[in-house]
Amino acid sequence: MIEFRGVTKQFPDGTVAVHDVDIVIPPRKTTVLVGSSGSGKTTLLRMINRMVDPTSGQVLIDGTDVATVDPVKLRRGIGYVMQNSGLLPHRKVIDNVATVPLLRGESRRAAHAHALELLDTVGLDRSLADKYPAQLSGGQQQRVGVARGLAVDPNILLMDEPFGAVDPIVRAELQQELLRLQEELGKTVVFVTHDIDEAFLLGDQVVIMQQGGLISQAASPAEILAHPADAFVADFVGADRGKRALHVTEVDGRRVVVDADGRAAGVLAS
Amino acid sequence: MNLFLDAFAWLADPANWTGPGSIPQRIAEHLWVSGVVLVIASAIALPIGALVGHSGRGREPAVMISGGLRALPTLGVLTLFGIWIGIGLAAPVISLVILAIPPLLAGAYAGFESVDRRTIDAARAMGMRELQVVGKVELPLGMPIVVGGIRSATLQIIATATLAAYIADEGLGRFIFTGLKTRDYGEMLGGSILVILLALVIDGCFALTQRVVVPAGVRATRTAELRSRPTRPRTVVGRPNTEGNQE
Ligand SMILES: Nc1ncnc2c1ncn2[C@@H]1O[C@H](COP(=O)(O)OP(=O)(O)O)[C@@H](O)[C@H]1O
Ligand SMILES: [Mg+2]
Repeated sequence: MIEFRGVTKQFPDGTVAVHDVDIVIPPRKTTVLVGSSGSGKTTLLRMINRMVDPTSGQVLIDGTDVATVDPVKLRRGIGYVMQNSGLLPHRKVIDNVATVPLLRGESRRAAHAHALELLDTVGLDRSLADKYPAQLSGGQQQRVGVARGLAVDPNILLMDEPFGAVDPIVRAELQQELLRLQEELGKTVVFVTHDIDEAFLLGDQVVIMQQGGLISQAASPAEILAHPADAFVADFVGADRGKRALHVTEVDGRRVVVDADGRAAGVLAS
Repeated sequence: MNLFLDAFAWLADPANWTGPGSIPQRIAEHLWVSGVVLVIASAIALPIGALVGHSGRGREPAVMISGGLRALPTLGVLTLFGIWIGIGLAAPVISLVILAIPPLLAGAYAGFESVDRRTIDAARAMGMRELQVVGKVELPLGMPIVVGGIRSATLQIIATATLAAYIADEGLGRFIFTGLKTRDYGEMLGGSILVILLALVIDGCFALTQRVVVPAGVRATRTAELRSRPTRPRTVVGRPNTEGNQE
């Protein structure tokens, strides 16, 4: 479990990126931080692995204040996946995946063997192991990024807009892949996005953030749709525009669900 | 044209290739002085440049100091140190070190700065210690530019090391100064040609090295970029990147 207690972050230039945040992130579930650009999502995420230290307040992992843990040790135990994959351009795919195990002192042979298995896990062909990141497509690079994040079998996986830079078709593929992986692995995933649809698709818990690092609502997607906390949330999720309003119509004796534009969304199971 | 014939005659004369003060001996001395200077100047400039490029701090003073050093006339500095320290190698070595520091410093900090901040950030987020970030990420990726700095410093050192002979009995400059004094222009020009050839050969070696040190994956990036990619954003210079993201 990850817990934010009264966390505020003010950068040296005076920007308040996160303001007095309390959140509880349950274990083995996916929590999505969603909000427009500059709302403090990345800052919040990076406080978990101490890439950013809070100005005040505490971040706890399983009851331990991360401020008391050596940042390097902490980071080596937490998976981190970012938008541009952040792969080391001068290292082959296999060495990128094995980076952290090697830093931890694992033998090269063991780290490489495990890295190959991870390529399978994220749905990459093993023949890519000897390629360099620049020789891969954007989607493949992101998969390598995920494999690297999983390399030390971390309990916690932090993902900062990992699918933000790939085209919509590949993004949909990667989202499904993540859902499958999560079902298999059951990590505590903290996922950042500005896309509310992605948040609702992936999140067991969705945390909606506003400018200035304020939390508007933290709840399950269903709860947010049923009871948006305020006008901002209602607007953000599109509830007030009827964007998410679905209707049931009868077609040849079956009840078909259609969206606001009349497009069929599915069939109502009785 | 006659002068060149004299120079080639001097170069071809077997008497100039053996014994004390021969061409091979002077070349060896020239290389030795240049090597000593390069090692000393690198020991001073490369760590400082690396630190500046790594931290993004102290760039302005580094630029100012190397600009100031660049403006110093080497012959003046040499004369000054010569009068102060006396005849011998110390004065030319110091003067040449001063000459070599600016390009070495510039190459080092430009090399370290050139590394994509997001790559460095990711390395840190994975749990690399600062020294590991330097050794495993910044150094290999910045190496071609660092070597470029060493290359231009070396070229300047070799060309200017002729001045060592002004104050010490060392190097290919001896031929130039002796020729000047005895009006043996064949010897003088022959000496100059040797300096130029030496500089070209060494520079060629560095040109090769500079290509070899480009990491394979980066070479792949370059071709991929030529094909399709948008250029990477310029590195953010002077902004510490220990906190927040770099969007
Ligand atoms: N290192 C930094 N220095 C100063 N301001 C920063 C830094 N990092 C982020 N910020 C600012 O903090 C706010 C929140 O940023 P961020 O957490 O990156 O938002 P998001 O990820 O939601 O787009 C923004 O206004 C941003 O400009
Ligand atoms: Mg962000």
